[in-house]
Amino acid sequence: MRFITEFRRSELAKGLISHIHRRSKTQARFMEFCGGHTVTIFRYGIRQVLPKTIDMVSGPGCPICVTATSDLDKAIALAQIPGVIIATFGDMLKVPGSHSSLQEVKADGAEVHTVYSTMDALKLAEENLTKSVVFLGIGFETTAPTIAASVLQAQDKKITNYYVLSLHKLCPPVIKAILDSGEVKLDGLICPGHVSAIIGSNPWEFIARDYGIPCVVSGFEPLDILQCVDMLVAQVENGESKVEIAYRRGVRPEGNQLALRLMEQVFEPCSAKWRGVGEVPNSGLKLRQEYQPFDAELAFDVTPSPTYEPKGCICGDILRGVKTPADCQLFGKACTPQYPVGPCMVSSEGACSAYYLYGGDFGG
Amino acid sequence: MCLAIPALIKLIEDKEADVEIGGITRRVSLWLTPEAKVGDYVLVHTGYAINIVDQEEAEETLRLLEEIAGLIEEEG
Repeated sequence: MRFITEFRRSELAKGLISHIHRRSKTQARFMEFCGGHTVTIFRYGIRQVLPKTIDMVSGPGCPICVTATSDLDKAIALAQIPGVIIATFGDMLKVPGSHSSLQEVKADGAEVHTVYSTMDALKLAEENLTKSVVFLGIGFETTAPTIAASVLQAQDKKITNYYVLSLHKLCPPVIKAILDSGEVKLDGLICPGHVSAIIGSNPWEFIARDYGIPCVVSGFEPLDILQCVDMLVAQVENGESKVEIAYRRGVRPEGNQLALRLMEQVFEPCSAKWRGVGEVPNSGLKLRQEYQPFDAELAFDVTPSPTYEPKGCICGDILRGVKTPADCQLFGKACTPQYPVGPCMVSSEGACSAYYLYGGDFGG
Repeated sequence: MCLAIPALIKLIEDKEADVEIGGITRRVSLWLTPEAKVGDYVLVHTGYAINIVDQEEAEETLRLLEEIAGLIEEEG
């Protein structure tokens, strides 16, 4: 078993689809939190095969999309400091900041390197001892432990020219903020699979308990999503709200305890700004005091110019699940993957990009 | 961005491993899964193995899905 094609078997998908159609009687709206799930749902045409009783809405689970423009401007300003090398995951390059993007400042001579892993960023620091390597710490709980590990490795190896701009975000607090706003009514939550591989399924319990919303953790293959929807439908029809795992091969209720310990050793929670949602308490991570020598915000003095948001872009509303890309007047016209205006069109897992590439009837 | 791919561990050296992903071998860190063994599948995210794939659970899930598909067939 290779754990990929086995979860794409069409005869099992057909069985699940029939099962969902037979079970689903009550009108229900499910949110897939994670951008990776959005891509699976669109790539495999899952919305099209679900019964009319089920309405699917995409959530804020794309770290690149939710990075605030002011934070992106900070990264772009850092890139323009002589002697600074920016190391980042690839998707960040094209996201438009207020006045420029990392790709544009790179074309103007700034040193911006795309890396696959923090291990590559550490290597870059070891190979460029006269320069400062700043890793853009963007990502959710899935990524944060890998960045914590890189800080600990830098400390072990006495690498003193490695820094992290910590823009990490935590998922449960933002879901709480979205639910508390009352803007979107949800009957079920497809919980993120790889965030949950780290944090476990327990941190979602408050949603089922306090908000009465069924929660099911899903994997990323089409059978995973269908099984997850089937389990959510069962809870809706039975009038239940509990946390279940449809992705048992990758997620345990308690998560990866070692990864959580490393994350907690290096970072502490802080307030963070989310595009579209605003400031959410305890939804970000900053380096703890003993790791401050690695903190790019403290090591470099950056004061970016005032923030400018692109006119007409509704990425913020899309990230809250209030609007869909089809509601945007720029979608597919002024804003395309080649010339993106907003981050949801840049990131491969942004809702606008998924609608544009696979949307069909939903793409507008 | 939270993409993680199942990969087979072929060799372990200290806190790193060579894993096979779709016929390609690459080096990943085992910092977050030190208990992983050669022959295990791990979920690889940005160069780190973030969890060991539970084979028994995977088989159990597939058995359940086969049962659901089979039930529909019998009744249909």
